[in-house]
Amino acid sequence: MALFQSVFAMLYQFGDTFAFLVISCAGLAVIFGMMGVINLAHGEFIMCGAYVTASAARGGLPLPLAILTGALVAGAVGMVVERLVIRHLYQRPLDSIIATWGISLIATQGVLIVLGSTMQGIGTPLGSIDVGGRSYSLYRLVLMACALGLLGGLYLLFYHSRFGVIARATIQKPQMAYALGVNTGRMYGLTFGLGAALAGLAGGLYAPTMTMVPTMGATFIVESFVTVVVGGADIFVGAAPAAAILALIKAGLTAWYGQLFGQIGLLVTVILVIRILPGGLSGWLKGTTR
Amino acid sequence: MTRNRPTLAGLMAGAAMALVAGAPAFAQEGPIRIGVLEDQSGDFAAATMVKVHAIELAAKEINDAGGIDGRPVELVVYDTQSDNRRYQEFMRRVLQSDKVDVVFAGFSSASREAYRPIVNQFDGLAFYNNQYEGGVCDNNMIVTGAVPEQQFSTLIPWMMEEYGPNVYTLAADYNFGQISAEWVRQIVEENGGTMVGEEFIPLGVSQFGQTIQNIQATEADFVVTLLVGAAQASYYEQASSASVGLPMASSVNVGQGYEHKRFTPPSLANMFVTTNYIEEIDTPASKDFVERFHAMFPDEPYINQEAANSYIAMNLYKQMVERAGTTDHDAIRAVLAEGDVCFDGPSGNVCLDPKSQHMSHTIYLAKVNDDHSISFPKVWEDIKPYWLGEAGCDLTKNDPSAQYTPSSPPPAQ
Repeated sequence: MALFQSVFAMLYQFGDTFAFLVISCAGLAVIFGMMGVINLAHGEFIMCGAYVTASAARGGLPLPLAILTGALVAGAVGMVVERLVIRHLYQRPLDSIIATWGISLIATQGVLIVLGSTMQGIGTPLGSIDVGGRSYSLYRLVLMACALGLLGGLYLLFYHSRFGVIARATIQKPQMAYALGVNTGRMYGLTFGLGAALAGLAGGLYAPTMTMVPTMGATFIVESFVTVVVGGADIFVGAAPAAAILALIKAGLTAWYGQLFGQIGLLVTVILVIRILPGGLSGWLKGTTR
Repeated sequence: MTRNRPTLAGLMAGAAMALVAGAPAFAQEGPIRIGVLEDQSGDFAAATMVKVHAIELAAKEINDAGGIDGRPVELVVYDTQSDNRRYQEFMRRVLQSDKVDVVFAGFSSASREAYRPIVNQFDGLAFYNNQYEGGVCDNNMIVTGAVPEQQFSTLIPWMMEEYGPNVYTLAADYNFGQISAEWVRQIVEENGGTMVGEEFIPLGVSQFGQTIQNIQATEADFVVTLLVGAAQASYYEQASSASVGLPMASSVNVGQGYEHKRFTPPSLANMFVTTNYIEEIDTPASKDFVERFHAMFPDEPYINQEAANSYIAMNLYKQMVERAGTTDHDAIRAVLAEGDVCFDGPSGNVCLDPKSQHMSHTIYLAKVNDDHSISFPKVWEDIKPYWLGEAGCDLTKNDPSAQYTPSSPPPAQ
């Protein structure tokens, strides 16, 4: 029983960290990993999703619907931002850093001014379960399932749907896709919107577990960038295994030495990966199989 | 034509110098300028906007009643954005170019330690109106916030008696959390208890799954939470949903970040906080203060202890300047050294201690109930900031401008 208890505890922590990394980096993996736009406003799309989710849930919508609303609103905002700002900067990645950083500052400060410094939370649903004398939040288990579901859904979308094929073609060889009759501008907009919607989904999913403040997106951003950088350009060959490896490192170090070493472990890993595998995990895996 | 230009420039320079030379004489007659450096945006804004409002309320009341010694109060307010570098930048600006008479500044201890050397460099006078980890022995600082000997030597023994001797501390990983945790450790040992765990959390961390499990793995009777900032506040929601179910004790929650108002009940139930003021305090003085506050700021989400401290500090400053007859810092300190600078305000009667330039407090033990209402199981009256003075800090004799902790006290004289 003691063995089962500690194995379950370890698996739970691993799954919890894995879910956090996957859910918070999915949107960034699409926008940064696939499209190559370094989106420093990622955290603010997350914040947007969380705020919309919390408002909708307090307005009486059931939580799953509220989360979906949060994701859709964030996606719509993303498509507007893409049309107005990002579209003009696809060939200028350094300028897009400045532009998205500016958007992030405007969003944080704008929310602070309009909605105030905090928003009342909505409380974590579902309660807890007892395993071997320790209690665990049931909602965190739902989050783990969501992370797996998210990966599965994205896989189907990008590899088994017409949208996915065209999106990948547009991003890999835009001229060729354009020559074959694809409306590449629209595809870019939709893909960016999808990335923003995924960020909004992350905000919605974590909204019930966190403090609602305008700067809440910042707590996601380090983990998301670390995961995407370690993973490289491909979500499935890169970001998913990267999240698993990082979750193992972070959960392990946090369990043994505390939160500080968990953070240090993440950052040391990303430094090593940048040095040894500049293309990230996916670059390395694809290179060896080629 | 070109020959005229140097002459013109010379004239302007002369005029400017005349203005500068005339300035000090004019300033004595003009308004008293008070610099206000507080976080109105960033991670700490939720707890600190109200401090600016409290200072504005006090300034308005003082001006309506004829000012300080007949001179109106003028506020010079900057938003420090929860960023230590902004504190340094703006502290230089208010002292050097705005030439304020006094500064009210700072929320986090990191920000205070960032600006304190600058206050010392220009021999300014700063009020730090925040509860903190204690130990600042500096002639240029007046502290109105509560310190560990006021908050922990009341709270920890009470908790141990009520719930048991095994204590787990969860603290923010910077000078405030580290030194406060040291105080908790010492007081727990003095009272025969055991520290069953201690964990320091980097600022900005918002995921506490592993930490919650670490706590559950111990035999803790209660958890001391010294978490700071909006991100770390996510702990309560996560601990509650994992049914940790242990009572919590804190010096920072409720009284500062009004978590009981922001979170859904019952995530903060069974939280015990020692604070020198919160808006729920049921005395005529407190009710009157809340009423006046809401008359000026109807949408104020919460009036916390730092708001009361800032308001009290304004009134203490007024009293000292009026008694000294000048805004000169040495004259103000001479008044403070008399040992009877007191103010009967929203939190009861408080007095400044000449040795440490810290303030005595009435300490209220606030309990968060299941529905997040507040009750007060105990009140300790007139708790003095005794530790610095007993340890050997005496600002009436010398000014070390240092911060001490129980493990590194002032050097023996």
